[in-house]
Amino acid sequence: MNAPGHVLVVGASAAGLGTAEALRRKGFTGRLTLAGAEPEPPYDRPPLSKRVLAGAWEPARAHLRTPDVLDVLDARFLLGDPATALDAERRSVSTASGRTLTADAIVVATGIRARRLSGHGGPQGVHVLRTLADAAALRADLLGARRVVVVGDGVLGAETAATVRTMGLEVCLVGPQPAPMTGQLGPLVARRLSALHAGNGVVLRAGVLLDGLLTRDGRVSGVRLSDGEELEADVVVTAIGSSPATDWLDGSGLRLDDGVVCDAYCRAADGVWAVGDVARWHHEGLGRLLRLENRTNASEQALAVAGNILGENRPYSPVPYFWTDQFDVRIQVFGLPSAEAPARVVEGDLAQGRFVVCQDGPRGPVSVLGWNMPRQTRSHRASLVDHYTRPLEPTAP
Amino acid sequence: MKITVDEDKCCGAGSCVLTAPDVFDQRDEDGIVVLLEARPHRERHDAVREAATVCPAAAIHVGEEA
Ligand SMILES: Cc1cc2nc3c(=O)[nH]c(=O)nc-3n(C[C@H](O)[C@H](O)[C@H](O)COP(=O)(O)OP(=O)(O)OC[C@H]3O[C@@H](n4cnc5c(N)ncnc54)[C@H](O)[C@@H]3O)c2cc1C
Ligand code: SF4
Repeated sequence: MNAPGHVLVVGASAAGLGTAEALRRKGFTGRLTLAGAEPEPPYDRPPLSKRVLAGAWEPARAHLRTPDVLDVLDARFLLGDPATALDAERRSVSTASGRTLTADAIVVATGIRARRLSGHGGPQGVHVLRTLADAAALRADLLGARRVVVVGDGVLGAETAATVRTMGLEVCLVGPQPAPMTGQLGPLVARRLSALHAGNGVVLRAGVLLDGLLTRDGRVSGVRLSDGEELEADVVVTAIGSSPATDWLDGSGLRLDDGVVCDAYCRAADGVWAVGDVARWHHEGLGRLLRLENRTNASEQALAVAGNILGENRPYSPVPYFWTDQFDVRIQVFGLPSAEAPARVVEGDLAQGRFVVCQDGPRGPVSVLGWNMPRQTRSHRASLVDHYTRPLEPTAP
Repeated sequence: MKITVDEDKCCGAGSCVLTAPDVFDQRDEDGIVVLLEARPHRERHDAVREAATVCPAAAIHVGEEA
């Protein structure tokens, strides 16, 4: 296959920049354009709920690359100009400022957007956390606050609650699950996480939903929960899920279904690819469509997409991985833990606060979960490689 | 090639160790990256550049000259 003359990447964050860098590293010498909605140079999101929120890092420290490294990439950056439409057949993209960009290959890397309670209006003091601007606004508000309610017990909610608590504020974490992150960690480790939060002074309200916001003079003053309880709050953070940023792709000709649907090569249409949080591709090892919202996937899928744009023709079948930092604990997860699969401790000890847990499915280990044991966790990853990377045999009828 | 790592950014994912095990390792206690070779042999350069690309914390910097 001939290398394309011009590659256009829409979305200039981890996955988009990663694709551009991998293209150059693999020898691509054609034109490269990155178009992004946000005005900032490409930055990293994981620090936003950790050291940027806590104030330990200046926001600029979250930038993914220094200006001189971006220069070497020899790419055109069109920042602060969101794409508004794509025509897959013509391979052209229109932007808010009125540009029309055409390319031989287009990479969709627009990520996801935080779900909000009530659009952009609503009372003051209610925040989401997805962008650098969100982190700055939340931090500014927290500096004058005493009581904070975090709504949402997934990874972002749990991590945000931990960071806010370490800033010395009173925090209540509210969510529908029996323990925070049960869906992402399985019940055994989620219970341990619940104890970690409680031990650090986070008040937990498990198994309840948000019923409504309480307000005073246009500002949030608390929340009402589904069991009728009311909690006072100066600041409310909602981490209640997200949706793939695909609204601009309506009418593009691409198949949209909880993300941009792609084949095993991350191809959405001829000459159109998707990468990162927005991509829902066919994972051959699992034999089904998968969309991952984590940082390692953004980089690894970027590498795969760059290779496939250049004709490598390799299916992308990674072992999923994410990590989260809460209080003094780093949790690392390889594979896809389930709420049902039996879990066994393979290293360390739950009580000691250093352990590795494996979960077994019908075909062997499906996840490895480490709690403050990074090296050992990585070495157990090997047990998952077969399950995730070997194409699933079609089952006999 | 000269490699530098930013320990403060490193999140202990170990992607670099999986990609270029001769050049990177992780500390036992917290998984933070340990650079085994700052100026690796030419035959490892590709793996090192790949490690820098996949590092989820952008903690690996590869300087080409000097
Ligand atoms: C606060 C926070 C903490 C996190 N912590 C962790 C963690 O600890 N571990 C982990 O594994 N993962 C973590 N993640 C997830 C990780 O950051 C994401 O998986 C990663 O950012 C995905 O990269 P992406 O490039 O696919 O998408 P994004 O980072 O969402 O980037 C998409 C980019 O596209 C732009 N865009 C959107 N629409 C358009 C448009 N129409 N035109 C042009 N540009 C557009 C957006 O502005 C954005 O810059 C965290 C995420 C957040 C928000
Ligand atoms: S890949 Fe990056 S974040 Fe992970 S251990 Fe290596 S240097 Fe640290």
